[in-house]
Amino acid sequence: MSDNRIIDAVLERHGRDGTRLVQILREIQEQLNWLSPATLTHIAEGIGWPRAQVSGTAAFYSFFHTRPRGRYCVLWSDNITDRMLGNTDLMDAMCKKLWLEPGRVSEDGLVSVNTTSCTGMCDQGPALLVNYRAVTGMTLQRVDEMAELIRTETPVADWPAEWFAVQDNVRRAEILLAGNFAPGSALRAAHERAEVDGLSASNNRSFRESLPHGIAGPMAMLDEIQRSKLRGRGGAGFSTRFKWEACRNAPLRADQERIVVCNADEGEPGTFKDRVLLTSYADLVFEGMTVAAYAVGATRGFLYLRGEYRYLLEPLEAVLARRRAAGLLGKSILDIPGARFDIEIHLGAGAYVCGEESALIESLEGKPGRPRVRPPFPVTNGYLDQPTIVNNVETFASAALVALHGGDWFAAIGTKQSTGTKILSVSGDVARPGIYEYAYGVTVRQVLADCGATDTLAVQISGPSGMCLAEDEFDRKIAFEDVPTAGAFMVFNTRRDMFEVARNFSHFFAHESCGFCTPCRVGTTLVRNIMDKIANKHGSPYDINELFKLHRLMQGASHCGLGNTACNPVFDTLNKFRPAYEHRLLSLDYEPAFDLDAALSEARQMTGRDDAGAHFAAHSPDEAKA
Amino acid sequence: MNAPAPAVKKLRVATTSLAGCFGCHMSFLDIDERIIPLLDLIEFDRSPLTDIKHCGPCDLGIIEGGLCNAENVHVLREFRKNCKFLVAMGACAINGGLPAQRNHLDLRDVLEEVYQTEAGLSHGGIPNDPELPLPLNQVHPIHEVVKIDYFLPGCPPPADAIWKLLTDLLAGRTPSLGHGLMHYD
Amino acid sequence: MNETNTFLLDGEEIPFTPGQSIIQAATEHGIYIPHLCWHPEFKAHGSCKICTVKVNGRFGSSCTMAAQAGMNVENRTSELDDKRRTLLQMYFVEGNHFCPSCEKSGNCSLQATAYELKMVSPHFDMFYPDRAVDASHPDILLDFNRCIMCSLCVTASREVDGKNVFSMGGRGLLGRRIHISSESGKLADTDFALTDRAASICPVGVILPKRKGFAVPIGERKYDKLPINLQVSEETP
Ligand SMILES: Cc1cc2nc3c(=O)[nH]c(=O)nc-3n(C[C@H](O)[C@H](O)[C@H](O)COP(=O)(O)O)c2cc1C
Ligand code: SF4
Ligand code: SF4
Ligand code: SF4
Ligand code: FES
Repeated sequence: MSDNRIIDAVLERHGRDGTRLVQILREIQEQLNWLSPATLTHIAEGIGWPRAQVSGTAAFYSFFHTRPRGRYCVLWSDNITDRMLGNTDLMDAMCKKLWLEPGRVSEDGLVSVNTTSCTGMCDQGPALLVNYRAVTGMTLQRVDEMAELIRTETPVADWPAEWFAVQDNVRRAEILLAGNFAPGSALRAAHERAEVDGLSASNNRSFRESLPHGIAGPMAMLDEIQRSKLRGRGGAGFSTRFKWEACRNAPLRADQERIVVCNADEGEPGTFKDRVLLTSYADLVFEGMTVAAYAVGATRGFLYLRGEYRYLLEPLEAVLARRRAAGLLGKSILDIPGARFDIEIHLGAGAYVCGEESALIESLEGKPGRPRVRPPFPVTNGYLDQPTIVNNVETFASAALVALHGGDWFAAIGTKQSTGTKILSVSGDVARPGIYEYAYGVTVRQVLADCGATDTLAVQISGPSGMCLAEDEFDRKIAFEDVPTAGAFMVFNTRRDMFEVARNFSHFFAHESCGFCTPCRVGTTLVRNIMDKIANKHGSPYDINELFKLHRLMQGASHCGLGNTACNPVFDTLNKFRPAYEHRLLSLDYEPAFDLDAALSEARQMTGRDDAGAHFAAHSPDEAKA
Repeated sequence: MNAPAPAVKKLRVATTSLAGCFGCHMSFLDIDERIIPLLDLIEFDRSPLTDIKHCGPCDLGIIEGGLCNAENVHVLREFRKNCKFLVAMGACAINGGLPAQRNHLDLRDVLEEVYQTEAGLSHGGIPNDPELPLPLNQVHPIHEVVKIDYFLPGCPPPADAIWKLLTDLLAGRTPSLGHGLMHYD
Repeated sequence: MNETNTFLLDGEEIPFTPGQSIIQAATEHGIYIPHLCWHPEFKAHGSCKICTVKVNGRFGSSCTMAAQAGMNVENRTSELDDKRRTLLQMYFVEGNHFCPSCEKSGNCSLQATAYELKMVSPHFDMFYPDRAVDASHPDILLDFNRCIMCSLCVTASREVDGKNVFSMGGRGLLGRRIHISSESGKLADTDFALTDRAASICPVGVILPKRKGFAVPIGERKYDKLPINLQVSEETP
């Protein structure tokens, strides 16, 4: 098929609908390998969008290539946990084998090797993506074999299947991971509860407001969610009932509908619990979304799945198909006339910021994932300006159990302000990495004991944007009122260097800043540069002050949570592990960021000079007298 | 300004032009007749206005131009070592200015263009005489290499701005330029 | 007691009409809140953060925050001006701003705002990025070295000119930039015209008419005459 025929087929499949641009770009790239200028023009014409908007969107996402990429594109996950498992050496070895420089496509266009943000395989790293398929457990031997398969141009489909195996590593289960959920049971329970309780339990709302899903069921469901005191698992801990109710009450204009979005972007480094939920508990998640749709009166749903989990697309589509066949999705769900709701999967394309709910919605609309100005909030003006709820994968899974067992049952688990359970993604210096489900209120120390952590120096909770806890805080509790978390639990033992941890995170934020607002766009790079300066032993107390200053600015002035939290790891480690910085500081005086002597390198090379005058004496301000 | 009592120690000032065009120094001289009362208050150490070759202990160092070669760095460090306060004078000292336009080019290409491709300038290729300072890979503003205490923007800064800065410093005020004195061009 | 529709701005009572943003209400009353990406003709973009104020003790962008009765807004405090100066310094290090050779000098919002906030140096290490210059168009020069990503040209081209010549795309410090609606990426290959609103909207020296450079002598330019804080009602043409 010619390129244009391929493009047209994809466009046709998407109804030439520009709001599906991110999906269109991905599907076309999967077939054509990259998005050439001509391809972008053809797409722009096909969907009737300005070409600049199409190229601007393509350029936003790390996984889209607007320049030719290698036929094999290897991206090493570069979270600190991958680093601790030795990914740097492995990547160097791979580059050597393939005669490559990182980030460059080989001359023959065969291969490129580079790094990417955490791919969510921290419990089984070092991990990588090859042509956007996840690979785990890299070893030197695998590097050798992989290089050979690349050199011989063996199709990725023919590579050893065990390389692509992803383990669940469920180490501790409570209610969510117990795995005894019967598809449809929660929906049925929600529906039946309404019939039992009748209208009275539901604030006497007019039944018309509950359409199209039956009569009092939706309000009864909201009541249960209220009783459960369920709060969002995606990080902010917002009350699920407030969100759902606001969406339900938002006015609909003609030909609008309410939307349910499941946030499976899971981009926060060190987090991988949503991956497991979607691998082995997808019914629970989809059922939770359907329960939500029932409660808020939504008819359309999206699962926004991070591009790193591309391999889950087909299995998840299969689950959706099965649920449609079982009457749990589609039209007349559970044979309730008019009860219709369906779910569509959209894939992300390598942009952490798309986990932010309004950026996610922009991405669903085919645009760069740029956080919106709020208010208005998604619950009133979300996807295509329609009332929309965005919830985390785990929130929906929990909501399904609330529907099944009732709010009181749920509220009895955990603490008063933090009901239910929390799934932690445990990685780093532990004997048993994997996912652990606890009732809220468990202490950090307990988790450390359970996962076999010894000599623990620090725990980074909730990822780089979360908080870093030192030993004297290990008795704190995982709970919204004490240590809230989106799930990441990265453990560092006393042989680790917390400065390097923070530096890795500073690179992450500089890479992921969307660039919309000035404090974050420039600030994340300034912070990264200062961290590198200190790492290169050019730092001074001046630079430490600069870090504090940037933290104060970015925290208050940034447009979204990314910029607001980007300095957290630096701030926490500066406060709790100051010596890790100080022993690297060169002097008490101001120092340049760059190596002055190296700044003469090109001239030395060109003139062939190597005399004293062709060098700067290291760090001695006295040589001027010489 | 009150005439100072003769016993008062004069402010010792050094100035230099690094990768600049001497425009800032010319502007300095544009303070014209005010230089006379000024000389009651300050005395010059190393400066293009004197022929002192090395900077001794000073109160104030005024630097024009950015850093384009090794010699610039040596002089800047000498100033930092000897002066209590350093002033970056003019656009080139502050952000690299015109010389920094070469930062988009590879130094190798620049040198080859000048010494090899371009006819008639030099026949022996890129000079490698150890007497000559080597160029830096990139031009840098001076605050990237040493701590700078005060900045005087302008290309060049107007004489009145230079005057204002000096009189502020002499009077022990934090220098401040109002509308009209503060400009970047 | 506050009147129903007033709020306090640096202690001064400012009336507003419901739906107005803080900066709109302030501007209407001749009070300057430093800003770059906001333009009274268009919906607020909210990207530069120069307009950051403190509302009842919390930071917020005055161009996107609705004015509300009784709110207490801090504007020109040294804390806020310090932050604004740092943001301006970020602009000056992330782009290439050599004012002496810029045709916009003297008429430039970025420069005038930096004067107003007494920014005497870029403070941080310069990035000296490699950015494009596009001289392809017969009447217009584009020098992206000076772009501050305000998106005003994008909005003007879309909303006023109905052309969509520009779009803000890409990600992060190095990636984010104006994309031009042609396969070549060149302005000449679009239907952009000198008479477009977008041709005159740029607050800095990116979108420049050709053959008009340095027409106004130094001393006569917009911000030579009066500082930006005293030209509140006027806006970039
Ligand atoms: C930069 C950024 C990234 C985020 N990433 C995620 C994510 O990957 N998954 C998620 O559920 N929430 C993420 N969030 C939080 C969402 O904006 C939103 O609060 C959440 O999806 C709401 O769901 P919940 O109420 O169920 O927690 C992110 C927020 C920010 C600011
Ligand atoms: S804070 Fe960062 S990620 Fe968020 S809008 Fe600003 S630049 Fe984008
Ligand atoms: S755009 Fe403004 S600040 Fe930038 S160089 Fe031109 S005049 Fe100076
Ligand atoms: S070109 Fe000008 S108007 Fe357009 S985004 Fe850049 S600075 Fe703003
Ligand atoms: S003017 Fe408000 S953010 Fe730019």
